[in-house]
Amino acid sequence: MSTARTSRTPLPGIGVRYDLTTREHRHLSVVAHRDGSRTVSAYRHDDPDACALSVRLTGQEAEALVDALKPTHHSPTLLSTTELGLVAERIELSGTSHWNGRLLGDTRMRTETGVSIVAVLRRAEAFPSPGPGFRLAGGDTLIVIGTREGVDGAAAILGRE
Amino acid sequence: MHSSAVFLIEFGAIILCLGLLGRLAARLRFSPIPLYLLAGLAFGEGGLLPLGTSEEFVAVGAEIGVVLLLLMLGLEYTAGDLVSNLKTQYPAGIVDATLNALPGAAMALLLGWGPIAAVALAGITWISSSGVIAKVLGDLGRIGNRETPVILSILVLEDLSMAVYLPVVTALLAGTGIAAGSVTLAIALGVAGLVLVVAVRYGRHISRFVSTDDPEKLLLVVLGLTLVVAGIAQQLQVSAAVGAFLVGIALSGEVAEGAHNLLAPLRDLFAAVFFVFFGLHTDPASIPPVLLPALALAAVTTVTKIATGWWAARRAGISGRGRWRAGGTLVARGEFSIVIAGLAVTSGIDSDLGPLATAYVLILVVLGPLTARYTEPLALRLTGLRARRAAPDTGAGTGPDAVVPDQDTPVSRP
Repeated sequence: MSTARTSRTPLPGIGVRYDLTTREHRHLSVVAHRDGSRTVSAYRHDDPDACALSVRLTGQEAEALVDALKPTHHSPTLLSTTELGLVAERIELSGTSHWNGRLLGDTRMRTETGVSIVAVLRRAEAFPSPGPGFRLAGGDTLIVIGTREGVDGAAAILGRE
Repeated sequence: MHSSAVFLIEFGAIILCLGLLGRLAARLRFSPIPLYLLAGLAFGEGGLLPLGTSEEFVAVGAEIGVVLLLLMLGLEYTAGDLVSNLKTQYPAGIVDATLNALPGAAMALLLGWGPIAAVALAGITWISSSGVIAKVLGDLGRIGNRETPVILSILVLEDLSMAVYLPVVTALLAGTGIAAGSVTLAIALGVAGLVLVVAVRYGRHISRFVSTDDPEKLLLVVLGLTLVVAGIAQQLQVSAAVGAFLVGIALSGEVAEGAHNLLAPLRDLFAAVFFVFFGLHTDPASIPPVLLPALALAAVTTVTKIATGWWAARRAGISGRGRWRAGGTLVARGEFSIVIAGLAVTSGIDSDLGPLATAYVLILVVLGPLTARYTEPLALRLTGLRARRAAPDTGAGTGPDAVVPDQDTPVSRP
């Protein structure tokens, strides 16, 4: 299997277009708009410059679609699953969360549920392996790894308003 | 009645009217620009309802409208976009300028308006409307089409050319003598060039200086900075619009994105005010006499724009149908033609230029979306008739497919 490659065309004022030609010689493209939305297009047979289909997706719709497209299918919020019964999930803190401004240690997450917090994503930054002294903020996304029950428990703890 | 009460009612009525017109335009899937112009015509001198107290505020609002229009345009592009387009697409830019500016200049000379009006009218017929065209591309689902980058790069080059053209036209309209005029011109071009270099080199630092997490502060900082730079540019005879455009270019990344979202509603408000203001200053009675030249000019420059797009798309290796689509899409003229006409009219050039520009833009802003949609089928039908008489030959299917390296390599199964 050779890897499929996309080519990249800048669209000034709009974003970037990624093109893919499939093994059956069909052309597909994805336009990444600056505001995070995407336009997925498939090209016509009789006029390879024009789109037979052109669908505009919001960022979330695009993520859902990518998820369905991924060869290793899994449920939407999972980063990856292993054969060992461990799951990894992204859990988002709401703006009105009880933990907004509190320390990570205060959640007693590992003691209560046995999960590990691998990283905290805040806007465009990632804080890997945050310690107990790490101060949480509303809007943070925590990447949590543990057993299915543990991760569900962690989500319940982090969901406190 | 109190004068402030009169002002509020008048200005409010204008804005409300624009809002309702905008809704009508959306219902008809049309650009609201022609309706705003018509509203201005209806309100102003010789119209139905002459305005009193709010006239002055509308004039200031129009100034701000132009500044915001160009700031937002600058925010759309990064300095890198401009430079790379200039390097690769300049032949298309030159063809575009030659084909579309000359008819305007020729028309002004034919009407006996003199060389300065010719330069202004050349700009009016040259610059396509990025706003209308971007919307049309989205509406027709052509964002992903292969001819779209060709269309966009022509728009980028035109917008960049404005940064040079506007100072030139401002200096010419200022009516200074040849010697003083060329000094002003040199200063103007020097400043524009300097800012462009600074934007390319140090855009990141400027963005960092402006960057803030708080939308309110970002709005105030960006707007304040833009107005100050625009004012200084105006003082240096570079024209406020160019100053604002260069600020937009200098801001990039997250700041540009944030500023774009914050300023879009403001731009919509003041740009609408600007179009109304332009209409206000045009006497509806002055339009019928210039309708014939406007129609002739619209017809000629529709054909030249289609030719421009066709040529540029052919140069980029697009097949026949895409070439016609690219040509038809570029026809729309709009905000910029009015900006240039506004500069010309306020400097007191030949009184017929304003009405001619108004009529011309009204025709093309309505026609543009239609040519974008129907040029290709019409052209195919016409060329198809001819092709049927001659040997059948359609370029589709073999054009761009053949020139995609690194993609069409057959997959060998191990």
